[in-house]
Amino acid sequence: MRPLSRIAAIFFKELAQLRRDRMTFGMVIMIPLIQLILFGYAINTNIRDIPVAVVDHSQTAISRILIQMVEATRVVKVTERLYSIEEAQDAIKSARVRAAFILPDDLAQRIVRSPATGFETPPSTDEETSRPVAQWIVDGSDTMIAGAIKGLRNMPLAEIFRQAPNRSTPTFEVALFFNPEQRTAINIVPGLVGIILTMTMIMFTSAAIVRERERGNMEMLINTPVRPMELMIGKIIPYIFIGLVQTGIILGLGHLLFNVPFGDKILDLFAGTLLFIGASLSLGLVLSTIAQTQLQATQMTVFVLMPSILLSGFMFPYEGMPVIAQYIAEALPATHFMRMVRGFILRDAGLIDLHKDVLWMCGFFVLGMAVAALRFKKRLD
Amino acid sequence: MSEAKPEIVVSASGLVKSFKGFRAVDGLDLTIERGMIYGFLGPNGSGKTTAMRMLTGLLTPTEGKVEVLGLSVPKDAETLKYKIGYMTQSFSLYGDLTVLENLNFMATIYGLHGKYRKRRIAEVLERYELTDLKGRFAGKMSGGQRQRLALATAVLHEPPLLFLDEPTSAVDPESRRHFWEQLFDLVEAGTSIVVTTHFMDEAERCHKIAIMESGQKRADGAPKDLMAAMGANVVEIEGPNLRDIRRKLLGAEGIVAAAQLGARLRVLVTDDIADPQAFLEDKPETDGASLIERVRPNLEDVFVTATGEGRQ
Repeated sequence: MRPLSRIAAIFFKELAQLRRDRMTFGMVIMIPLIQLILFGYAINTNIRDIPVAVVDHSQTAISRILIQMVEATRVVKVTERLYSIEEAQDAIKSARVRAAFILPDDLAQRIVRSPATGFETPPSTDEETSRPVAQWIVDGSDTMIAGAIKGLRNMPLAEIFRQAPNRSTPTFEVALFFNPEQRTAINIVPGLVGIILTMTMIMFTSAAIVRERERGNMEMLINTPVRPMELMIGKIIPYIFIGLVQTGIILGLGHLLFNVPFGDKILDLFAGTLLFIGASLSLGLVLSTIAQTQLQATQMTVFVLMPSILLSGFMFPYEGMPVIAQYIAEALPATHFMRMVRGFILRDAGLIDLHKDVLWMCGFFVLGMAVAALRFKKRLD
Repeated sequence: MSEAKPEIVVSASGLVKSFKGFRAVDGLDLTIERGMIYGFLGPNGSGKTTAMRMLTGLLTPTEGKVEVLGLSVPKDAETLKYKIGYMTQSFSLYGDLTVLENLNFMATIYGLHGKYRKRRIAEVLERYELTDLKGRFAGKMSGGQRQRLALATAVLHEPPLLFLDEPTSAVDPESRRHFWEQLFDLVEAGTSIVVTTHFMDEAERCHKIAIMESGQKRADGAPKDLMAAMGANVVEIEGPNLRDIRRKLLGAEGIVAAAQLGARLRVLVTDDIADPQAFLEDKPETDGASLIERVRPNLEDVFVTATGEGRQ
């Protein structure tokens, strides 16, 4: 009974301290709330309304129609009309626009001969007709922007002549599962659970032991018969509840605001989230046995948090990274959770389907707790 | 608790603790008997806290053997922790918990339960005048109140042995006197107490003291015995130019130390000089002194003769 009641004593003590720390308590709620709303609306990988300049050397009805057609794609938005290519380059350099659309003075002739109008398909060796009708100069430093404008390269022009565009048969058919509308929020919201849990769980626990040390409570505590494992477990239980509350806020609001489904595997989702919370907490405890001050603990949290955001697959696809980076990503609990949570919510996968990630997470949790309890010494030397 | 308890509560031999080559405690031998207040007296950095931490198992001795309440330390330190109370130098309870919450927390940690737990918490609240403060946050209390709370939690589980590390360094003289009265109450109830201090008046209240300097024990015994066996006699001089007299006397043959106390100069004269008063009167340095008289030695004199303080 003693170990259990001691764990309970530490749990209630943590809870009482947490309740009185209004700022921390508020952040527990505000961090997921604000960040979900912010990122849910803000992060969008379907790029729209890129500000561009137009340099129209043709100044004809057809050039104006072409500009309108380009604007109608909603990819770009004409914010400036300039008269020379030099001006356009300056506008890009000073970041007023991200690209410039240059229409040459022989635009009409180029359009008539262009295969994009769909009248006929001339041989591609024909010098006259293989010329593009106009040019984009793009700030290529941002690959996402560049990619979006590159998407305009093969825009059909048949509409200029009030003709329906030729039905072109694609080489491949692509069927989009799980997110057919290609809404970014569907991918971002479940991922955000992983990021916010990584941040709050590691931050809170890494500060947990260090705080006792900094405030001088540790010397008293290690003079009592409390066992390291009791201390560790008592300290992480409140944060498990906090983690679950935060997950509830993100997924609930994500459902309300962004129509992100819960999926059919609620139990698997619950178990997977608990596992991830456990793994993050045990990592936080390990950090807290290394850090000497709360500032150091915060720095270590950031050290883990940054790769968790950038390498876990939350923002950039895991598959695009070099193999070494993938190995590093594999070491982070967030990477495994990213796969798990998106699996449960979006792909209707279960714990069995994702057993590799589940097992890895279990191992991480057990190892983390053991290392933390071993590293925590009831000695001052 | 039981009759079989050994009369010796703490024994240590050849205790050494070195931190990266620096010997904070250097060959300490100790025997502390049951039912007394044993004081470590010494300046900051003399190794008293380090010595105490080795006795409770907080630090592993580099060399030497420690036995506390019949248990070998640090091997059986965890068992020992149920039997000792410890009060840290700085307040180390939770400032953002109330008095009662702190007591409840510690009661559970020490495994107190049921009626006994209730009774003990009520007892310490009563005895240490905390009943009216039980809803107060520990961090918002005065130094004296915090010290009472710290003592209350240290004795909550009725340990037969209590370690107090400079318990009165943050409290006013009134609370200090009161605190010592409470310590004597505990001793009367059978508790043994080990305390570190750098206050002479506190050391004088201890049944026995060890004078510590540079990690070594310079002298130990009852304060009265130490004063008697000091090896020097004390003479006080009154008059003008005391600073000048002090400078001239220091380093002279037969003079151990000289220190000014207000309008008087306190001179320690080695006890091989039969009449220290006449010895000083005869010295040309004391010409012009209005009064030269022999006085009773105090613990500070013991401290000065035992340590190197007066010699430099």
